[in-house]
Amino acid sequence: MLLSTKLNKERIGMGSVGAKDVPQLLDAEGRRIDGRGLEDLRPIKIEAGVLNRADGSAYVEWGENKVMAAVYGPREVHPRHLQQNDKAIVQCRYNMAAFSVDERKRPGLDRRSQEISKVISEAFESVLFVEEYPRTSIDVYIEVLQANAGTRCAGIVAASVALADAGIPMADLIPAVAVGKIAGHIALDLRKEEDNYGEADLPMALVPRSGRLVLLQMEGHMTAEELRQALDLGVRGCRKIYDLQREALRRRYAVQSPPPVEVPA
Amino acid sequence: MSDGVTAEILTGHVLDLARRGRRLDGRGIDDLRPVRIQKGYVASADGSALVEWGPTKVLAGIKLEPGTPFPDTPNAGVLTTNAELVPLSSPGFEPGPPRPEAIELSRVVDRAIRAAEAVDLTKLCVTPGEKAWICYVDIHILDDGGNLIDASMLAAMAALSNTRVPASRFGLGTDGPLEVQHFPVEVTFARLGDALVVDPTSEEEVACQGRLTIATNEVGEICAMQKGKVGAFSPSDVMEMVSRAQVHGDRLRQLIRSP
Repeated sequence: MLLSTKLNKERIGMGSVGAKDVPQLLDAEGRRIDGRGLEDLRPIKIEAGVLNRADGSAYVEWGENKVMAAVYGPREVHPRHLQQNDKAIVQCRYNMAAFSVDERKRPGLDRRSQEISKVISEAFESVLFVEEYPRTSIDVYIEVLQANAGTRCAGIVAASVALADAGIPMADLIPAVAVGKIAGHIALDLRKEEDNYGEADLPMALVPRSGRLVLLQMEGHMTAEELRQALDLGVRGCRKIYDLQREALRRRYAVQSPPPVEVPA
Repeated sequence: MSDGVTAEILTGHVLDLARRGRRLDGRGIDDLRPVRIQKGYVASADGSALVEWGPTKVLAGIKLEPGTPFPDTPNAGVLTTNAELVPLSSPGFEPGPPRPEAIELSRVVDRAIRAAEAVDLTKLCVTPGEKAWICYVDIHILDDGGNLIDASMLAAMAALSNTRVPASRFGLGTDGPLEVQHFPVEVTFARLGDALVVDPTSEEEVACQGRLTIATNEVGEICAMQKGKVGAFSPSDVMEMVSRAQVHGDRLRQLIRSP
């Protein structure tokens, strides 16, 4: 079939266990290790407005991922020299808690976190009306509390809702999901074992109204035809998540009927 | 950066040209700038290559030294990629800790080398669990004329394909060539209005509404991608760029393989 598809992550230094422990990612019936089909998402729970001090916030539970996002701003820019005269800057900080992964992670921003922070900032700047708030900063903080693959996507999903919760005008919410290739098949929303031992991983974030992608990364091996399938599956996955994001905001801002106004006689 | 007004006028001009299918340096939408590779540029490195990609100049140097394999990969050597945007290459770069752009550059190049399995790291194992070669890929940006990712990736692959494992220096046998088994290259596109231009210049990078880098290997598979900058691409834009990246990728691979 293909010349060089088996991406043995263990051999190239990304996996963590010996070859004999490589799990079977798809069973005979095409079920994944957690029982899902190839096009199924893990269970997702989104709650808007979970923090008191932040201007906007959201919490996402996505499979075994737990991610909190907070938005501050538009507010004064620190450090001052980053200030832009014609628009707000968007500063996202994606951070993983030391205890969020099996082996304790050294606290602070490693290079991976800094790269993810950069691409997420750019994704949000693509939908926020930054020209409305010159000389300010819109700060988006994503804290990964518990990680099981797909944390950048969970972070984007949470941060989108947090931005809306903060009342910051934007073109659209941006749902995000990772698509991958496991045991030769394109699959939606990889969990940790699938990410470690699969053949490809492709996180993306969609602007549902325009159908365009504002975040797109990929690593592994895919043919052009597989990539086309993966993009299609990812877009469909994003649209499902989009509905959950909007529901979360509706729940938060559901209008309770106001108390009757007492008109003085 | 210091001159915002000039940048704005230039951006308007770049976008205006793109609307008419033209570019500031006279290229077509799908033309790469001239690319020249000089292998073995630095004698003190175990492998090196200078890439001149239009006005962009990038030097990659490889150093190998024996070290301890990671406990989770006892049978494999280690490959690490680092790119430095040294201040001599652009008025916009300052000394200090690496900025997000430099980190992204290193990681995008590293990801393509790793995902495509350019180097079979098991061949770099000396004694399982005890000793393995650590292969450092260091990329020095000398002149930033735009599209640093593609130039850096090409320099890294050209340098790796020209590397000798310095075994005798460490009493580990005789020197031999480092075996490169796959040849990934990266091709970057920028959106300028509706145009998707390949190989953006610095001016086009400032003006662009989204950037997409695509790494392909010699059988046309996609090994890595990275969208950068503010902007968006439709899935059909992505597929169009993928097929263009495969064509340019094959041409660039020929350059790496020629001596």
